[in-house]
Amino acid sequence: MKLTRREFVKANAAAAAAAAAGITLPAGKALAAKDASIRWDKAPCRFCGTGCSVLVGTRDGRVVATQGDPDAPVNKGLNCIKGYFLSKIMYGKDRLTTPLLRKRNGKFDKEGEFEPVSWDEAFDIMAEKWKAAIRRSMEENKGKPVDQLTSRVGMFGSGQWTIWEGYAASKLYKAGFRSNNIDPNARHCMASAVGAFIRGFGSDEPMGCYDDLENADVFVLWGSNMAEMHPILWSRLTDTRLTKPGCEVHVLSTYENRCFELADNPIVFVPQTDLAILNYIANYIIQNKAYNEDFIKKHVNFNQATTDIGYGLRPDHPLEKKAKNPGVGKFHKISFEEYAKSVEPYTLEYVSELSGVPKEKLERLAKVYADPNKKVMSLWTMGCNQHTRGVWVNGLIYNVHLLMGKISEPGNSPFSLTGQPSACGTAREVGTFAHRLPADYVVKKKSHRDLAEKIWKLPEGTIPGKVGYHAVLQNRMLKDGKLNAYWVMCNNNMQAAANLNEETWPGYRNPENFIVVSDPYPTVTAMAADLILPTAMWTEKEGAYGNAERRTQFWRQQVKPPGEAKSDLWQILEFSKRFKVEEVWPEELIAKKPEYRGKTLFEILFRNGQVDKFPYEHGTVRDEDGNVYDNDESEHFGFYVQKGLFEEYRRFQHEGPKKGHEQAPFDVYHRVRGLRWPVIDGKETLWRYREGYDPYVPKGAGVYFYGRKDGRANIISAPYEPPAESPDDEYDLWLCTGRILEHWHSGSMTRRVPELYRAFPDAVIFMNPDDARERGLRRGMAAKVISRRGEITARVETRGRNRPPRGLIFVPWFDAGRLINKCTLDATDPLSKETDYKKCAVKVVRA
Amino acid sequence: MKARSMPGSEAVRELGWFRAHKWLLLRRISQFGILGLFLLGPWAGVWVIKGNLSSSRILDTVPLTDPFVLLQALFARHVPETTALVGALIVVVFYGLVGGRAYCSWVCPINPVTDLAHWLRMKLGLRSNARISRRTRYWLLVVVLLLAAVTGSLVWELVNPVSMTHRAILFGMGMAWAVILMVFLLDLFVGRHLWCGHLCPMGAFYSLLGTWSLVRISAYARSRCDDCMDCFAVCPEPQVIRPALKGAEKGKGPVILDSNCTNCGRCIDVCARRVFGFRSRFNQREEVLGNVERPVAPAGVSSTAAQRRQANMEAGT
Amino acid sequence: MSKAEEKPKSSERRRFLVDTMRTVGAVTVAGLGLGIYDRQVASALPAQAIRPPGALPEREFLGACIRCGLCVRDCPYGTLRLARPGEPVATGTPWFRAREVPCEMCEDIPCVKACPTGALDHGLTDIDQARMGLAVIVDQESCIAFQGLRCEVCFNICPLRGKAITIEMQHNRRSGTHARFIPVVHSEACTGCGKCEHACILDEAAIKVIPLDLARGMLGRHYRLGWKHRVKGLTEEEKSRRFNLPEGVEYDYRTGIVRRKANPAPDRKEGGVPPDDSPFGDDPLESLRRRRRALP
Repeated sequence: MKLTRREFVKANAAAAAAAAAGITLPAGKALAAKDASIRWDKAPCRFCGTGCSVLVGTRDGRVVATQGDPDAPVNKGLNCIKGYFLSKIMYGKDRLTTPLLRKRNGKFDKEGEFEPVSWDEAFDIMAEKWKAAIRRSMEENKGKPVDQLTSRVGMFGSGQWTIWEGYAASKLYKAGFRSNNIDPNARHCMASAVGAFIRGFGSDEPMGCYDDLENADVFVLWGSNMAEMHPILWSRLTDTRLTKPGCEVHVLSTYENRCFELADNPIVFVPQTDLAILNYIANYIIQNKAYNEDFIKKHVNFNQATTDIGYGLRPDHPLEKKAKNPGVGKFHKISFEEYAKSVEPYTLEYVSELSGVPKEKLERLAKVYADPNKKVMSLWTMGCNQHTRGVWVNGLIYNVHLLMGKISEPGNSPFSLTGQPSACGTAREVGTFAHRLPADYVVKKKSHRDLAEKIWKLPEGTIPGKVGYHAVLQNRMLKDGKLNAYWVMCNNNMQAAANLNEETWPGYRNPENFIVVSDPYPTVTAMAADLILPTAMWTEKEGAYGNAERRTQFWRQQVKPPGEAKSDLWQILEFSKRFKVEEVWPEELIAKKPEYRGKTLFEILFRNGQVDKFPYEHGTVRDEDGNVYDNDESEHFGFYVQKGLFEEYRRFQHEGPKKGHEQAPFDVYHRVRGLRWPVIDGKETLWRYREGYDPYVPKGAGVYFYGRKDGRANIISAPYEPPAESPDDEYDLWLCTGRILEHWHSGSMTRRVPELYRAFPDAVIFMNPDDARERGLRRGMAAKVISRRGEITARVETRGRNRPPRGLIFVPWFDAGRLINKCTLDATDPLSKETDYKKCAVKVVRA
Repeated sequence: MKARSMPGSEAVRELGWFRAHKWLLLRRISQFGILGLFLLGPWAGVWVIKGNLSSSRILDTVPLTDPFVLLQALFARHVPETTALVGALIVVVFYGLVGGRAYCSWVCPINPVTDLAHWLRMKLGLRSNARISRRTRYWLLVVVLLLAAVTGSLVWELVNPVSMTHRAILFGMGMAWAVILMVFLLDLFVGRHLWCGHLCPMGAFYSLLGTWSLVRISAYARSRCDDCMDCFAVCPEPQVIRPALKGAEKGKGPVILDSNCTNCGRCIDVCARRVFGFRSRFNQREEVLGNVERPVAPAGVSSTAAQRRQANMEAGT
Repeated sequence: MSKAEEKPKSSERRRFLVDTMRTVGAVTVAGLGLGIYDRQVASALPAQAIRPPGALPEREFLGACIRCGLCVRDCPYGTLRLARPGEPVATGTPWFRAREVPCEMCEDIPCVKACPTGALDHGLTDIDQARMGLAVIVDQESCIAFQGLRCEVCFNICPLRGKAITIEMQHNRRSGTHARFIPVVHSEACTGCGKCEHACILDEAAIKVIPLDLARGMLGRHYRLGWKHRVKGLTEEEKSRRFNLPEGVEYDYRTGIVRRKANPAPDRKEGGVPPDDSPFGDDPLESLRRRRRALP
């Protein structure tokens, strides 16, 4: 114990030293004088999906200040503690400034040490590895139909990519390399929400918007610690609770978190029983005949999901073998009566016993949904999404709202929050998933591929029709040697992916594979790579993000990246120059477009007369005051890259059969504080599917779910099914992982801000004091968290912000020194393929 | 400046450097050894002894407490925990046996400083000497305790160079070097043995502690004394020697009984005639003037030594 | 004390007396000087200096602490240090500066156990009872929470989170749609550990731990807060009040709200909800009001 405490001291001392070396502004008059020379411009915050806007102050080529944007509708000048330190995230002392390649004796060697190399050398070796893998894939694909194609190259992208970065990467992979093995880290975060949106409404992303926070009477949090993870939205929710008479907040979680401090009805339930609680509410509504009969008749179909669908583990896992219908997402139509019968077993008594929640609390919750006069906003994030039945549980929330017709109107809003600044804008809308194409189109459907090939001017059959490897599968395929050239961009998946010891690490270090990591900082993932590419971040490039309420926000490049660092966009486009079409496409495909012969992928994909349509010269990017901004990528490629990509992407929204994703023209976004799509005739849409609010709803329809052909939303019945791994005699505790307010995701940015590091330096084990005592542990002692897959050591915290019930511990995953994902299980929702980070079995012993 | 013959040079010549510095070396080993043991903790993480001279714990079990500082606390009307009382008792018993002021010469970290000042004083032949009574320290002791009683705080510990020096080495120097320098300069320029021999109330306290101590220095071979006066020259409390060394006629025993003798053993070292030695206070036996034949000294040096002895004797009587 | 020489002659006696007086005089001067030094400099503990847990009140502490540093040695986090000469704290006494390294509030309180004299009170066995100082939000203008930003670092880091520091939620009148999350320190629970001051993310901490006597005000001895100091039988809630009211109107005297009595809710469907179990609100006016508000 002593030793760890001393180590802790050392860490403190280091933090103090870092703080001393940190950037501090001079005080007093000097500051005022210098303030005058600061150039201010707007940008969205780099962190969560809330999408706060900030003003960025630049002087002498450096971001020296930030302030909350007082005119931004989301945050009105406010920030959370991370947003407060935005100006410091780019200036960590260990920024990567040059490509680094593992070498021995002057040559690439998987077991070598990192050495600085030029971009040319980096791309040379990278292209060599990519071409080899593509050659192998082309051999294997000979004679296969387009919907059977596989590939040995892949990419793991990001919900933190700018819109055009995601778009360019997706295009390069799906069209250029003909590989659908591209998936974003949003798979870990939003995939279940997407699944339920598509199944229920045929169109991704919420029907409501943040204004529901002011218009609702009751808020119900289903597995979301909004108070810490969406701090500014929580501030809005709290204000409504404070100022609106009769407003109630119901908080459901598997442990008491910061939100419980506002809860009128605090509910701690046994992990996974949210499924049962939601079915109980539906049952309550039906039993009390409180449902909105008119709405159901007009706007809802009833369906039954396929059950016993497994846990998304490797097929040889006993749990998968045991499952009757592993991975089957099919559902079939049923009648209302059949639906009522399917939820009938979820009585108050049964659910109370299963979930461990007192009856009166469950009843109180059910009543607010059942009360036609109470406008209910349900909010959720990772508690529902990172769930082996994530799609189901998302859907069950919609079921309740649809039964009551409490949807698509101010204050009545099932609202899925996002964790990343552009999980919506980039990962989902651009479609950087293994199964998606831009604007809600999917690779599986020929008509969708045809549309993409038309817009992208590609020969028919270029885009493979087989869904690529999703996030978790990518790691498994790396380990199995079926994915050999792999680019990790704008994320930290070694730290973020579950079951690091058994899947991620062996995959990256598999000698057959070549792993490239693009990042501003030497993250855990970068350490596991073969080639590290230094990356420009945030306002070192021109960018666009889309937040959780469908708001698209742009920013201009404010400063130059350090050293040789280049933006992801530059890297993707520049890399595409390395490939002649003959090296990546088979002859029969090229034969369909002989004019492409001899051309590079860059010329085919980006110099295609569309993306390069908008000329660029220095001075093109300027604000209303006439300040001129850099645009390194456009300068380099000779055309306005971002505008070209965005305008081409917009064609998907306007030329396809799917309506309702329209964004405004590129230049508009540089002027406004973001717009919520669909933007029709310059007007934003606040509530989708509701007449008057949404121009796509025909007159007289009232509500019209136009994402689906019949205009009806789906209620899909799904039962309670147990989690993949539950505590037993040996591994006797639930492990739940998550975030904290001070650090964002893997902490690669926030842990480099001395003040934030000092505010919460290392991950701790949040534990019930009785559980700790039983194991001979006291607050502050070092303890080991051990699962069947790995272990970590951290200090015990029995008094902090998270107060778990007996039998559950919570460990945040931001700490690169305490990788809790060594312990987690890579079980996923078999439908959304999103990992369940909230439930696995561990034991805790004294270290 | 003319090189001077230092006291003890004859002993070096006759007994060899090591025998003529035996007790000095042992004392330095003790002083720095104790300091080293304390430093072992913070420097090497080996916690043989923890704390400082004011209070400490050996091997995290045996407590030791400086009775002087504890007495001040008592005067400040604080009732200490048993640990401190037990620790003080151990220390009292120890110094009660080995000689109270053995603390000064074998443990006190200021001693090497004042010894250095004294050595330099002789080397440079500095003779200025403030006429300050050796009793001043007892007055100061009274004042220190009174101050504690009146203010209720350990006022002396704000300035006490002894505890401050030790603490400074173990817990961080701060401005403590200035206090150490002050003591050094005081002893170098203002008065001979001014701090330890005249002012230090801590020394005064420990002298009282050792009033009946068992371990003593005895001039057991005082009949061999050839009045070279080297012992007087090196002794930090020279007034303690005479009654024992020269008290034969008055019927006084050879044991130095004055409680201000610091048991430093330097007189043993510098005496070429081997007059002194450690004895129990009850051991009044003397060695009869014997047949210790003084070896013939080499010419030059010997003659100067002889001359100086002559001069010393004239001055002494 | 050593005896005077054999038979002092009168001049010798005189000299002896003069010498003695001189010594006594000098020693008195030294003593007085020390006394003044003690009063003026050494015991004026600066506000940012915090004593270890269980430290006696400052004056008593200075009489009890023997400056041994055992508490410093046994502090597992390196929080404590002994004041060095020249520092603004009584030399050799243990203290810490919260902004640099705060107290981690060990449950076993090793520093107190280590203290041999009880200057750190051995009666302190529950670290939550320690009162090293009191955290005070010294600058509300800089504290970003007061401005409506979401910080709460001090609140979250507080080992007695929810007791020593709570969050008071207020409407943010500037933004109109946000709440402010104001940290409030409660002296009855704050131990003065300084974790909040250490963690405060501002360049200069807006929350600081300062000595209790500096930090606390005191209500006039003649006054009590009525809602805290209930008098039995006198300030207990009156229940049987009756009012002259028109037909169908009810008056909630606690809130002062006059409203029309709810009509018994009509059963919307057959076999509907039992009356005491209704999913409906009991005031249609209220529902209407809400619906109106909800519309843009």
